[in-house]
Amino acid sequence: MKPVFTYTKGMLPVSTSYCPGCTHGIAHRLIMECLEEKGKLGDTIGVAPIGCSVLAHQFMNIDMCEAAHGRAPAVASGIRRAQPDRIVFTYQGDGDLASIGMAEIIHAAARGEHFTTFFINNCIYGMTGGQMAPTTLLGQRSTTSVNGRTKEQAGAPIRVSELIATLEGAVFVERVSLDTPAHVRQAKKAVMKALEIQEKGLGFTFVEFLSSCPTNWGKTPADALQWMRDEMIPYYPLGNFRTPEED
Amino acid sequence: MSTNKFFFAGAGGQGILLMGQMLAYGGMYDNKEVTFMPSYGPEMRGGTANCTVIVSDEKINCPMIYEADTVIAMNQPSLQSFERLVKPGGNLFINQSLVQTEPIRSDISIYKVPCSELANELGNTKAANMVMFGAILSATKILSEEAIEYVLQKVFSGKKAKHLDLNRRAIKAFKCE
Amino acid sequence: MAEKVLMKGNEAFAEAVIRGGCRYYFGYPITPQSEIPEYMSRELAERGGTFLQAESELGAINMAYGCGAAGGSCFISSSSPGIALMQEGMSFLASAEVPAVLLNVSRCGPGIGGIQPGQADYFQVTRGGGNGDYRIPVFAPSTIQEAVDILYEAPSMADYWRNPVMILADGIMGQMMEPVVLPEPKAPLLPGDVPKVKPWAASGSGYKENRSVVKSLRLKPEDLEVHVEKLYEKYAQAEKELVRYECIGLEDADIVFTAFGTMARLIHEVIELLAKEGIKAGMIRPISLWPFPYEAFDRIESKTKVVISAELSMGQMLQDVKMGVCGRFPVELIHRTGGIIPTSLEVAEKAKKILEGLK
Repeated sequence: MKPVFTYTKGMLPVSTSYCPGCTHGIAHRLIMECLEEKGKLGDTIGVAPIGCSVLAHQFMNIDMCEAAHGRAPAVASGIRRAQPDRIVFTYQGDGDLASIGMAEIIHAAARGEHFTTFFINNCIYGMTGGQMAPTTLLGQRSTTSVNGRTKEQAGAPIRVSELIATLEGAVFVERVSLDTPAHVRQAKKAVMKALEIQEKGLGFTFVEFLSSCPTNWGKTPADALQWMRDEMIPYYPLGNFRTPEED
Repeated sequence: MSTNKFFFAGAGGQGILLMGQMLAYGGMYDNKEVTFMPSYGPEMRGGTANCTVIVSDEKINCPMIYEADTVIAMNQPSLQSFERLVKPGGNLFINQSLVQTEPIRSDISIYKVPCSELANELGNTKAANMVMFGAILSATKILSEEAIEYVLQKVFSGKKAKHLDLNRRAIKAFKCE
Repeated sequence: MAEKVLMKGNEAFAEAVIRGGCRYYFGYPITPQSEIPEYMSRELAERGGTFLQAESELGAINMAYGCGAAGGSCFISSSSPGIALMQEGMSFLASAEVPAVLLNVSRCGPGIGGIQPGQADYFQVTRGGGNGDYRIPVFAPSTIQEAVDILYEAPSMADYWRNPVMILADGIMGQMMEPVVLPEPKAPLLPGDVPKVKPWAASGSGYKENRSVVKSLRLKPEDLEVHVEKLYEKYAQAEKELVRYECIGLEDADIVFTAFGTMARLIHEVIELLAKEGIKAGMIRPISLWPFPYEAFDRIESKTKVVISAELSMGQMLQDVKMGVCGRFPVELIHRTGGIIPTSLEVAEKAKKILEGLK
């Protein structure tokens, strides 16, 4: 019989620690599939963040290094210096990247660091239990904005891709979503593109995934995906913000 | 066996640290033990600048000093602050071009050097520190002639080589009796 | 014999680490050590290395963590408040067993404090400001030559122990010039040789069964306890092997000073001044601050009347001195702080008063 579906060798055959309906697992898979298809699983060093994906190194079957909260881009910059010929990426959530680690990501992008950042935007701090993130939408309830986020108190949510795209060093910036099969297929293309551009050494590459968090949003998995379409995508428009000119 | 402690003081931009470094390089050329310790701070120009240089025949344990064999005061505030540092019987060099008051001490040798005037006569007022450096060398005989030539060539090399001749003359401009 | 050269402390430190095999430097400017990133930016590019100016000290220590985790031999330097920012990272490096060489050209605090030399980072470097159970070997040289020798050795020491190694200098040492003999350069480790030499590193070298994961996270208490116990077995061994000190004139000493770094150089002169007045004084000079040379205090003879901790801080090393003395002798403190270095005369006078007070 011809197999129609196989596990990517890039993922270890273990259950992840992610909640039912969470789309972290899809993002993991896409990245690992791309690396496998490129034959680069053995030539890649990933950096796991602090947050729900702190255990990414238990699921992704490659050499990995863990980083302190928000520091993954600095860690990846160091790895890049010691191993100039490898594929290097960071995998970071929105609290990690857009709050405590804003300095590190901005400067890594500004330097045009030759690695890729995969940014999971789910509008919430997941692992610590649903607190407000820099990406939490206006009106969205969280455990630290119980009546909904207000602009007066917390400002408006940060559109990270748009911010990164203002920096010359960031040569590829794209926002994708994991809410539908069609969007997932698009997301994989963006991952592949980012890795290709990294290999060409053209500069910093960045893929933002809109991702769901049914547990902390207090929704069923299906409702959570619908909420992404109704609330997230209108505020965080999908699309490419930067591509190198030669492409 | 002897240990000679020098303290250079003046304003930033007067070439205070350069004098100290030249002495240290020269001492090393003569196979002496040396230490050079600058004051450091936010000021680059116009603020105070000073440094301690020790030239010794033996190992220098302590680069800090509480008294100096020789103090060089390149401006008025330096004289007021550091005249007390000269040990009895020691030397005090004063840049007469910038110091109006008389020193108080009578238990030390005092050399008044018109640094700016002599440097101007040579054609460049910036050589004032080298006039002073020459005065110190002539009074203390701390460096050999070869060492003096070595540090001149070391400091005035590359882009600064065109100043070598002027500074060589500046070092000979003031002879201490 | 290699040639003697007159070098500024900061530049000599930088050169020594390069010669010791480091090829990666991550740093952020801060007085009084900014000559180090300047030197590194000039030198490393020409010697097959990498200089990277970080966005902050947080960035620098984490770049070092990444570089070390991927097998690079790296060096970072800063001064007191910058070292404070790096403490988070040091805890990560220690737990993940990532080697790196750290240099603190210390100034005085607390807070932003001032830029003049101080030794008030003693607790910071020996106790660590990072979270959790970890230790970092700390060496406090007192001359530029000694600093050069230790910094030259530090990269291999860090690799051997798979732990950060810290060198504590101060602003005076960074800024002063002294003749030094520079050691012969060691060959640096090339990226391609990392998998052989450092198989634990996350070097992305081949899809393999035992992939490398550099981490400190252990959510199961049982796992974490085993990990920390293992680290402490290593530290116990390091305590035996890395302790370094110098004893000077302990025989018949009335006073035994304890001092490190710049303060130890001053105490040499204090001992001479006291000798002129018929007072015999000696010194225990810790070179390693962790492990602290407690054993040196067993060498103090019974006729000694007092042990004095001489510090540019408010009695930080004093605590270790008391532990070393173990109640056998009175222990006193002579200190200045705020960036003030006392004169040897001042310290000798204070020591005399302490001695008279005991009679």
